[in-house]
This record gives sequence, C-alpha cells and structure tokens, in this order.
Amino acid sequence: MTTDTEIQAPARVERRAGQASWTSTVPAWVITTISVAVATGLWEFFGRDVNPLLGTYPSAIIKAFFSMLQTGRLQDALIQSSQPFIVGYIVAAIVGIPVGLLLGRYRILESALGIYVTAGYATPLIALVPLLILWFGLGFMVKAVVVFLLSFFPICINTWFGVKAVPKTMIEVGTAFCASQTAIMRGIILPATIPYIMAGLRLGIGKAVIGIVIAEFLTAISGLGGIIITSANSFRTAEMFVPVILIMVLAVALTALVGWLEKYVAPWQSEITGHDSV
Amino acid sequence: MAHLEVQNITKSFGTHHALDGVSFNVEKGDVVALIGPSGCGKTTALRIIMGLETATSGQVKVAGRPVSGCGHDRGMVFQHAELLPWRNTLSNIGYGLEMKGMKEPELSRTAMHYLELVGLTLAKDRRPHQLSGGMKQRVGIARALAIDPEVLLMDEPFGALDSQTREGLHGELLSIHAKTQKTIIFVTHDLDEAVMLADRVAVMHAGKISQIIPIELERPRLDMRAIRTSAEYSKKRTLIWEALHDAGVSAAA
Ligand SMILES: Nc1ncnc2c1ncn2[C@@H]1O[C@H](COP(=O)(O)OP(=O)(O)OP(=O)(O)O)[C@@H](O)[C@H]1O
Ligand SMILES: [Mg+2]
Repeated sequence: MTTDTEIQAPARVERRAGQASWTSTVPAWVITTISVAVATGLWEFFGRDVNPLLGTYPSAIIKAFFSMLQTGRLQDALIQSSQPFIVGYIVAAIVGIPVGLLLGRYRILESALGIYVTAGYATPLIALVPLLILWFGLGFMVKAVVVFLLSFFPICINTWFGVKAVPKTMIEVGTAFCASQTAIMRGIILPATIPYIMAGLRLGIGKAVIGIVIAEFLTAISGLGGIIITSANSFRTAEMFVPVILIMVLAVALTALVGWLEKYVAPWQSEITGHDSV
Repeated sequence: MAHLEVQNITKSFGTHHALDGVSFNVEKGDVVALIGPSGCGKTTALRIIMGLETATSGQVKVAGRPVSGCGHDRGMVFQHAELLPWRNTLSNIGYGLEMKGMKEPELSRTAMHYLELVGLTLAKDRRPHQLSGGMKQRVGIARALAIDPEVLLMDEPFGALDSQTREGLHGELLSIHAKTQKTIIFVTHDLDEAVMLADRVAVMHAGKISQIIPIELERPRLDMRAIRTSAEYSKKRTLIWEALHDAGVSAAA
C-alpha cells in the first residue's frame, strides 16, 4: 500500500502542475468573456423557439431596451429606484458599521443588544413591507426604509463578527503601549475589521436590491420594480427582462466598486491575501 | 534600591496558582533571563510586570514607583512581534511614540533613529508581510525601545526564529544593550540564549523562582565565539541545565 502511493504520488503532482500552467496562461477575463458569449448564444438560439409569452431571448431584450430608452421610461424608473436605494443603503452603512464595532467591543452592549441584531438578521423582514406601507406611505420613504432594513443587518453583523475575530494579541499591543480606548478602536480594531466590513457591504448590496424591487412591487408600482410587474402582467416578457438585467448589471458593478474601495482603503489586505485561484 | 522590584507576586486563575510568590530585583542596566519548563508561569510574570494582567497579590515597582496597568516606563516585545499589518516599518516603530503623544516632525525623527539602530533603513517603507521573521522581530524591538522605557520586557523574542537568525539577533541585542544600557527581562527556553545574553538567569519552576544563577561574563560581549568557548560559559550552561533538571525531578517525585 505504502509503496504504491509513494510511486504514484510524483506522477500525480506532475500532471497537476501541467494543468495549472495551461489554465494560468489564459487571462481570467478571456475565460469569463467566452463563457458569457457562449451562454448568450445558447439563449438566443434556443430562446427563439419558446412562446414569447413564456420566454424571451437576448436580441428581443436589446430591442426592448432601446425603445424604452427612447421614450425615457427606463431613465425615469432608474432615477425613481436609485434615489431611495442610495439613501437607504448609505444610512445602513453609516449606522451599521459603528453599531457593529461597538457590539463587538463592549460586552455589555453585546449582551444587551446583540440579540436584536441576530434576530433582525434572521427575520424575513420583507414580510413587514405591508406594515411599513401603513407607517411610511407609498412613496420614497417606504422604499428607503425597506432598503435600510434589509442592508443594515448584514453590514452590522459582519462588522460585529469582524471585531470578534481581531486577535487578542493585536489589541494587547495597543494596551501595552497605553493606547486609549478610542485609539484602540480607530487604530487597531477598525483597520483589522475592514475585510469583514467590506464583506458586509457586499452582502448588503444584494439584500438592498431585493428590498427595492419588492418594495416597488408592493407599493406605488413605480421605478424599475414597477416596470417589471406591469410588463409581466401584460405578458411583455422581453420588456420585463430589461430592468431585471439592468438591476443585475448595476448590482454587479456596485459589488465590484466595493471591492475596489477595499483595495483603496485597505491595500495591505489584498497584498497579504493576494492570490489567484488555480 | 533596585531599578525593577518584583515583590512576592502571586497569580491565580480560578483554583490554579500560576504564580506562587515570585520575588526578584533587577539593577539598572542588568539583563535577566527567565527560564523554566512550559507552564511554569514565565509569561504570566512578564505580563503582570507589563500590566497586561493584574497580580492576585504582591507588587511591582519600577524606579521606586509601584506600577498598575500599562506605562511608558516599560516596553514590551512580543513573541511573534505583533506588528500592525497596515503600518509600514517606520510607522510601526513609531506606534508607541504616537500613543505617548509625540507629534511630527519629532515622531518621524525619533522613529528613524531606532530604525537605524536595528539596521532596517532599507526596509523603511515595507509592510510587515514583506519582512522576514527576524526583521519583524527587530521592528518589534525598535518599537519597544523607541518609547525609551526604563525596562524592556521580552517574551521569547527569538523563539520562533531559526537558529542562525536567532544568533544574529543575539549579537544585535548585545550591541543595542551596550549602546542603550537598558534594563532587560526576557523569557527563553534556550540555555545558550540565556547564558549569552543575561547577567543573571532566574530558573523558574511551578510558579516559583527556584534559583538565580549569575553569569560572570564581561560586557560588552562582542566576541560571541570566544564567549561560547569560555570556561564560564560552559560552567554556567551546565549549572542551569542541572537546575532545570533538578526542578523537573523534584516535581516528578
Ligand atoms: N488566561 C489564563 N487563564 C487560565 N490559566 C492560565 C491563563 N494564562 C495562563 N494560565 C496558566 O498559568 C500557567 C502559567 O502559564 P504561562 O503562560 O505563564 O506559562 P509559561 O511559563 O509562559 O509557559 P510557556 O513556556 O509554554 O510559554 C499555565 O498552567 C497556564 O495554563
Ligand atoms: Mg510563555
């Protein structure tokens, strides 16, 4: 048995090394582009055979996109959706990050308030939208509140757990050099927690997108969510896909923006973990 | 009056007595090594002196003043350097100075001085992950020295390094000590390190100091090769080995 594996092992290593050199010479973006092109091509090819009420295909969506652009309907909807989105999300970050930092740092706050954050994160908050409509009406405010509620919890909880993951010895460096509580918070805990905060911000984007679309379904039928629901109700499937794909592209771009922000505010992090997957 | 006085400190973690009455004095400029089997309380003693842990009873005095909590009269060098990954070498060295309230341009000037002292001028702008283990430890030493403490405390500062790097740093620490005349207490598991660097070696066992062995090697200790082959060196090395061994045997009995 032992000799068997000993003899086989080098051959296996060699083969794996060979594979790695083949895949690592092709740039990642080329592979991604090919993959997207193939998927779009397949969708176009097979999508044309589907009943237009039940499905659609890329060229029909592009046609619908340009006609909606011409009437200005898409731009109006985008503005209607993005305003409460931006406000809700930014307030969630401004409140969620400090609250998470404090929860992680102070045992009293953690025992007193941590339970609500955990519960809020686990609750299907989207179910509260009908109630929120009663409180905040049907306009801008209710959408911003829904976005805030959905993105606050992942941002806060990630920051909180990030603080818990800061090595004790790192904090002791501050203590040993007589750093004040504020100096430890700002000079050690905050920078050490940045990767977790960024992960929270990324998760928050996904939740916020869901929040804004559902809020628009259930409230004034306005914005991008409004287009989705009116197009679906009148069986204009290609038209329905325009905002869906637009939201997807924007969400991916926002997520990339957070990644870029992380490289910018925490350049050491990508240097330490900086590695390409094989 | 000794420069550092450790007076009968005890420390209990629940029912476990990590320190059971530890007393020793260190004169100004002296180097003391704490050596002993794992779990005998070396780190605990050092952390109490640093103020990272409070003693159950007893007290510590630096230059006659009783200490409680942290203080810039003591500088700590950690076992794994514990540099802040987002700071470059220079600003890691300056960390303690910043916490002490020093402002620019004095801050950079002082940090530069200690950067040169540990021979890292070329690595000034690098972040910790771009430094070797030995370089990190030198940054850790410079950071602690920069606040100009009365006492330098080091917990197995070279324990994680390969023997060649470790010996290089022994030479460096000897020369830094010759220049700064700091009072130093360091923890080690390495007999050679203890004899080479220390003026006195305190052998600890089960929360107590069982023996204090003076090392009569002249300072400055520049020629490490000559010291290693000297009669005093091998005599004291054997003595410490026996002290550790005896303690172990009496524990087993
Ligand atoms: N925070 C703590 N809580 C409970 N027990 C502790 C704590 N810190 C240390 N101890 C115990 O106190 C004793 C002394 O620990 P200490 O770390 O001082 O040993 P040490 O001499 O430094 O050992 P080593 O050579 O392995 O570093 C050990 O038995 C350890 O288990
Ligand atoms: Mg220890």
